[in-house]
Amino acid sequence: MLIRVRRFAHPIAPSEITPQSLYQARRDFLRAAGFAGIGLALPAWGVDKLAGVQKSSYSTSETPTPLINIASYNNYYEFGTRKDSPSENSGQFKTRPWTLRIEGLCAKPRSFAIEDLLKLAPLEERIYRMRCVEGWSMVIPWNGYPLATLLKQVEPLAGAKYVEFTTVADRATMPGLSFPVLDWPYTEGLRIDEAMHPLTLLTLGLYGEELLAQNGAPVRVVVPWKYGFKSAKSLVRIRLVDKQPATTWTKADPEAYGFYSNVNPEVDHPRWSQANERRLGEFLKRKTLMFNGYADQVAQLYAGMDLRKYF
Amino acid sequence: MLAVIRTLSSRQVFAIKALLFICCLLPCALYLWKFFQDALGANPIEAITHASGKWTLRFLLLTLAITPLRKLTGWHWLIRLRRMFGLFTFFYACLHATTYFWLDQFFDWHGIAKDILKRPFITVGFAAFVLLIPLAATSSNAMVRRLGGRRWQSLHRSVYAIGILAILHYWWLVKRDITAPFGYGLILVALLGARAWWREQERRRQLATPVERFQRTLKPIAPRSE
Repeated sequence: MLIRVRRFAHPIAPSEITPQSLYQARRDFLRAAGFAGIGLALPAWGVDKLAGVQKSSYSTSETPTPLINIASYNNYYEFGTRKDSPSENSGQFKTRPWTLRIEGLCAKPRSFAIEDLLKLAPLEERIYRMRCVEGWSMVIPWNGYPLATLLKQVEPLAGAKYVEFTTVADRATMPGLSFPVLDWPYTEGLRIDEAMHPLTLLTLGLYGEELLAQNGAPVRVVVPWKYGFKSAKSLVRIRLVDKQPATTWTKADPEAYGFYSNVNPEVDHPRWSQANERRLGEFLKRKTLMFNGYADQVAQLYAGMDLRKYF
Repeated sequence: MLAVIRTLSSRQVFAIKALLFICCLLPCALYLWKFFQDALGANPIEAITHASGKWTLRFLLLTLAITPLRKLTGWHWLIRLRRMFGLFTFFYACLHATTYFWLDQFFDWHGIAKDILKRPFITVGFAAFVLLIPLAATSSNAMVRRLGGRRWQSLHRSVYAIGILAILHYWWLVKRDITAPFGYGLILVALLGARAWWREQERRRQLATPVERFQRTLKPIAPRSE
């Protein structure tokens, strides 16, 4: 017991982060072992390494959560509601062919094949904190480029005030869709200035490889200053709209999940406190930071807004 | 077969009890083993919290199932297992509460007090735990004698309330998918419903009895001979 406590109490120094060669070897081993006993479904294409990923000044220097945890502890209800459901039930999920349709209030609506999205702009590594509304957090090295880069391609019109994201809903390969837990397909939304913010990442990879199904493959959005559910996964459509879009969790429980859902230690969930969080791998809880620690970059987006009202 | 297990000797009941005692410790042993094998996934503290809570609820329902089972099967020796299951409920509840006080809150008593007052799911869960304490404390034969059967029984009826609080605790904790608390809730409803139904039958029987007796004592009026 004591040994365990000590291990938790002394986090690994940044210099000891698992080198890529090591975790690559581990993944190869897992694949060779037929994933036995760990329930980790790594699709065949998951070996695709992303080339030329650049470092970014937006990255945190905190220790990234090990890939095994990022890939086995997920909320992705389309694959089931348990934390291990997405890694266990996503084996049939196909990410090729894949198109992302961008439409609505824009001059040049069009569809992008996933191959085009991967080549549209140089990929960056963005090591972001991820805070779940449930009170736990990770540090994740995502790969992608600003969503703004993509949105500019379709030339949004002045009337486009919001962006709506739609996640794929394929009953054949996503067994969780058979249960009416949420109103499928999953939709999320951002205000246009949030969507165009340089921190908002169109995400195609993780740890230098293409995304795994359970992490929202093949393309998702990551909004690091908001609770995790705002970062919609496996996108098939982005719509530019003039009104605030209806979003899945807000429809499910409007008292608990607001449209903004910015990480805010002072505004509690109706049923639990948001003041602290458990960083996976740590023994003691840590204080949750305003805007998940990204206040310097994003606080001005909400200047003058009552964040208790617009939670 | 059924007729054979209807009545068991003391020794047989003791053997069954000993075997079940070991079985009741298995969930705890399994999670300890998993903990030291680092096999509890990305969030081991959450895994332990959830497992200890679920096993508390399972043992509580098992304890509540003894009386209906006994009535249905006529296996009266089942009653001799009830205290053991009740105490295992308390054992797992203690593990669950300890996980919360220690691993989750790290003995931040101020935070714990705030949680209990502000968070309905913690309020009801904590209430259920506190209500279990007097039941565990009065579980010995000596305490039954000291309290007297009737008072002991009315105290131990609080287990019905504990069952309801435990289900609420689970129900209010889950974010969206209420399948599991709903399932456990159905079992509780069945177990408490069976009791209510039997009680109603008993009440009717008692109401009906004096009338029957009265009718039986009536003597037919002999026709007057004219």
